[in-house]
Amino acid sequence: MPQQQHADGPAPVIAPGYTYATVTDKISAIVLTRRTPRWWFVGAALMFALVMLLLYAVAYLLLRGVGIWGVNIPVGWGFAIINFVWWIGIGHAGTLISAILLLLRQEWRTSINRFAEAMTLFAVACAGLFPLLHLGRPQLFYWLLPYPNTMGLWPQWRSPLVWDVFAVGTYATVSLMFWYVGLIPDLATLRDRSQHRLAQVIYGFLAMGWRNAASHWQRYQTAYYLLAALATPLVVSVHSVVGLDFAAGLIPGWHSTIFPPYFVAGAIFSGFAMVMTIAIPLRRVFGLEDFITMRHLNNMAKVMLATGLIVAYGYLIEIFTAWYSGNQFEWYMTVNRMLGPYAPAYWLMIGANVVVPQLFWSRRVRRHVPALLVISIIVNVGMWLERFIIVVTSLHRDFIPAAWGMYVPTRWDWALYVGTIGLFFALLFLFVRLLPAISIFEMRELVAESERHGEAHPAPRAGEAV
Amino acid sequence: MGQIFHPSTNTFSKVSIFGAVFFLAGVAAFALMFLRSSYVTGVGVVEPQPVPFSHAHHVGGLGLDCRYCHTAVEDSSFAGLPPTHTCMTCHSQIWNTSPMLQPVRESYATDQPLAWNRVHNLSDFVYFNHSIHVQKGIGCATCHGPVDQMPLMWKAEPMTMEWCLDCHRQPERYIRPREEVFNMRYEPPPDQLALGTQLVEEYGIEKARLTDCYVCHR
Repeated sequence: MPQQQHADGPAPVIAPGYTYATVTDKISAIVLTRRTPRWWFVGAALMFALVMLLLYAVAYLLLRGVGIWGVNIPVGWGFAIINFVWWIGIGHAGTLISAILLLLRQEWRTSINRFAEAMTLFAVACAGLFPLLHLGRPQLFYWLLPYPNTMGLWPQWRSPLVWDVFAVGTYATVSLMFWYVGLIPDLATLRDRSQHRLAQVIYGFLAMGWRNAASHWQRYQTAYYLLAALATPLVVSVHSVVGLDFAAGLIPGWHSTIFPPYFVAGAIFSGFAMVMTIAIPLRRVFGLEDFITMRHLNNMAKVMLATGLIVAYGYLIEIFTAWYSGNQFEWYMTVNRMLGPYAPAYWLMIGANVVVPQLFWSRRVRRHVPALLVISIIVNVGMWLERFIIVVTSLHRDFIPAAWGMYVPTRWDWALYVGTIGLFFALLFLFVRLLPAISIFEMRELVAESERHGEAHPAPRAGEAV
Repeated sequence: MGQIFHPSTNTFSKVSIFGAVFFLAGVAAFALMFLRSSYVTGVGVVEPQPVPFSHAHHVGGLGLDCRYCHTAVEDSSFAGLPPTHTCMTCHSQIWNTSPMLQPVRESYATDQPLAWNRVHNLSDFVYFNHSIHVQKGIGCATCHGPVDQMPLMWKAEPMTMEWCLDCHRQPERYIRPREEVFNMRYEPPPDQLALGTQLVEEYGIEKARLTDCYVCHR
């Protein structure tokens, strides 16, 4: 199989000419030896300013209540749920890359899995805020947990919102475990390479005495694959549960059986868009073009194309079933999306999620880095609009015309949304500075593999001079 | 390069991992016990009153019936505290110079009610009804404890929802004949379950509806 790939001639997953030492050097230098670049301080400061905005918006929200948002009686779910679903969706690509591609033995996942997993964690952290903050009485959030209380009450297990608590809670925990387990051998590398006493103690503490023993590695692989096998159904079920928040409702535009798979596809679509949005600047700034090669970007573009087509199919089927059902409410919902007051958002979404990704059919676009970056940002916006369309257009005009309304987000809706973007990138800035953004030990495995292939086929070695 | 960690770290790591289990279990156990402790529920805690009224003296000693003072308990949702007039029916003649009773006489003279401190204070989203419980054979002592032996008033039961539901799910364990409701010394018979089941049937108590939200939270 690997020989075949070489024969087909895609770019390698790691540029030729690297040894164990140079791979380790290059990645660990970002954390340990290189001077922190000025752009890092500028970017981190900007993002921390947005975190301050988030804290301010949260404090004001807790003080004054959810009425500071634009939500009203027909549209009870606004930005809070839109952003929740958007962030959860973004997180899913990380788990897909680290777990599903691991089970499928896709070696190109290696250089992107670490920061994709970090992205998952940070996206889940942002997502997790919204279900808490959109409660009118957030201080009672723990009533959603099944614990023996003096009220003799338990959560209502038939509500998808209770499933959400467990889905997101489990997802966050498993993602954290998976990410941390993956980090242990790298933390040991950082421990051994750092010259600073404090860094040695911190990385050494986190590495938990990893010694690279064969018995360690044997158990490590088993645990890693088991976690991957656990995380895979989790990815699918978590976003399905998020889809059920809507599909279990009876609102036209929500009550649709296609939601679970269509939400999962959308999650992977938007998640890969975010991975791309992060990967392109990351490889540029740190000079990681040898590790995150064109092959990675190309493959990610293909995954986005595939999942984008599934999402497009979802849009089409929604329209078809609305017509085919002969149900006036379903049909009106569809017409309202296309021609109603929120029609611009709908057509922008179609443009961003269905039309623009079709450019990925072209090999030239898939190999054009700035184009990839622009398209993935457009997809991120498009997927946000998708959730906006689902939440708002379904609610604002449903069964009873007397209960029709409009939802206009206030500045506090925007402040929270922008604030979580700040939180996400602030965490990401800390992550790239403090932890290896690319899995060092898995890159070393890749070096070993490409050497083995090199023996069979001397051709790749020719590039060594570069 | 020297060792980063001293060998004693081995002990630290073992203790911290092993201890974490106990620590977390301890925190959970403490939290659950704390929520049910008298610090939170007020069970057994004497509430200070403007006049040290003794149920032990008036009920246990003098043998007053509960309804002499708490007149509305059979007909109203609220059992009611007796007005100063009720106190003065006797205390205009008895102990009418006692300094302990000075606030009562003052209240009577000035027409200002005595500011008693409530011992059983449910949240205002709970619509408790005394009369229905009295009419369906729940004795005073079941919820309020041996009031005839309390020199000053305290809570005998936690009045948590868990505690309420326990009886609403199995009223046969606590129910007694109507004529025994105000008997503070009533002892449940050995065949309480048989008698209780029969009384639940006889008094027309619909157990299936007793735990619906609207019963108490309207």
